[in-house]
Amino acid sequence: MSDSPPSYLPEHPPVNDWINDFDHTDPRWTENPYPIWEEMRAASPVVHTDRFLGCYMPTTYEAVKEISYDTTHFSSRRVIVRDVRPEITAKAPPITSDPPEHKPAKQLLLPPFTPDAMKKLEPRVRAICNELIDEFIADGKCDAAASYTKHIPVRAIAHMLGIDEKDSDLFIKWIHEILEVGIKDDATLMRAVHEMTAYFAGHIEARKKKPTDDLITTLMNAKGPDGKPLDDGHVLGSLRLLLIAGIDTTWSAIGASLWHLAKTPSDRERLLREPELMPIAIEEFLRAYSPVTMAREVMQDTTISGCPVKKNNMVLLSFPAANRDPAMFPDADKVVIDRKENRHAAFGLGIHRCVGSNLARMEMIVAIEEWLKRIPEFRLDPAGKTRWSEGTVRGPRQLPVLFGKAN
Amino acid sequence: MSGKLKIHVDQDKCQGHARCKALAPELFELDEFGNAHEIGDGTVPAGLEDKAYLAKSNCPEIAIEVTEE
Repeated sequence: MSDSPPSYLPEHPPVNDWINDFDHTDPRWTENPYPIWEEMRAASPVVHTDRFLGCYMPTTYEAVKEISYDTTHFSSRRVIVRDVRPEITAKAPPITSDPPEHKPAKQLLLPPFTPDAMKKLEPRVRAICNELIDEFIADGKCDAAASYTKHIPVRAIAHMLGIDEKDSDLFIKWIHEILEVGIKDDATLMRAVHEMTAYFAGHIEARKKKPTDDLITTLMNAKGPDGKPLDDGHVLGSLRLLLIAGIDTTWSAIGASLWHLAKTPSDRERLLREPELMPIAIEEFLRAYSPVTMAREVMQDTTISGCPVKKNNMVLLSFPAANRDPAMFPDADKVVIDRKENRHAAFGLGIHRCVGSNLARMEMIVAIEEWLKRIPEFRLDPAGKTRWSEGTVRGPRQLPVLFGKAN
Repeated sequence: MSGKLKIHVDQDKCQGHARCKALAPELFELDEFGNAHEIGDGTVPAGLEDKAYLAKSNCPEIAIEVTEE
């Protein structure tokens, strides 16, 4: 990610009316979206903006759920709300698939991502975390986003795919260009997609000559619903998806968890005392700081939570806002690390449940555990500033922290 | 005295979040796609009743039924 906000994006006018003219790229949304969502939710379960060529946003858990389950009126063929809606060229099945194509495409990807499969990857992820911590622990401070959280998911996915972990900086560049810059800059997005496709095409060709024991080869050997091996286009699409979906999402979730623990000594001390609480705490961090907002395209007019929804609009499907709905979660704005009932939607609801959710959870647990083992005392650096990413995936991109007890 | 509890995972609703398996591994197992099933006939052994309800109340898809026999 770049270290300063990109200066070349076309300006969006500032928002004066969140209920009728919302914009999820507004700097105030990036900085602190929670009061904005509260205002929108108080006004209506579904709000609309004319920006992005017309876009709705469900503000309640119930409305998000209704849309997630309704694959007839809401298509996944576009999963990012952007300024433009060019022809669909680079599919990424199954995330961009609707029924009936969705299920067979998803089933191909599910077996490599079960909790048991993740257990095999876990030792490598623990090692990655410790290699990263080795680099900065003697300094007494670091940017936990730039030096730690950013590198964990990308190296883990490279390891799974059988790609050199050294290429991870390249992946991070593409993710930034596609998910952040690409909202407003089509040329950059297309270039990044083409570069990524060419990169993976090379890896596919290499494995045709010499198969390897990794996820790329597994996908190349997988059979489609017709019993034939997947064509290269499908394999490329799935690889694009794994990279786009598997990197800054979990990087954001780990970063937000560390940010919370840096500023909440009581929760940090409790996790040190009760390490068995970690998986429950991680679920609460996923709820309270859900990184991922998805999108749908309205294919036919319908009604959601009593609100009319018109075709040709996009939908900003905010799982993060659903997870802050007080009608679903008591004390929704409080982080309760031993929350008993937590049906959060951080990984989506319905058929598009994140295929990498078990990977993300394992990475989060391991990354926080290894950090706390070696850096049990840490706090936000008062001389620095936490900076959050703009757009579809929200998490800290700059997170300066100091180690050791505060004076 | 209340009767024995039985659990059941609705296969049409389960999307493989695997929350139940994480919270109550004694009661749920996952298939090769990561979707959850109750172990055996779903009878909850004595002492695991709370875990059955915990799994139910953390399933994002409301796919788990707990019934009293």
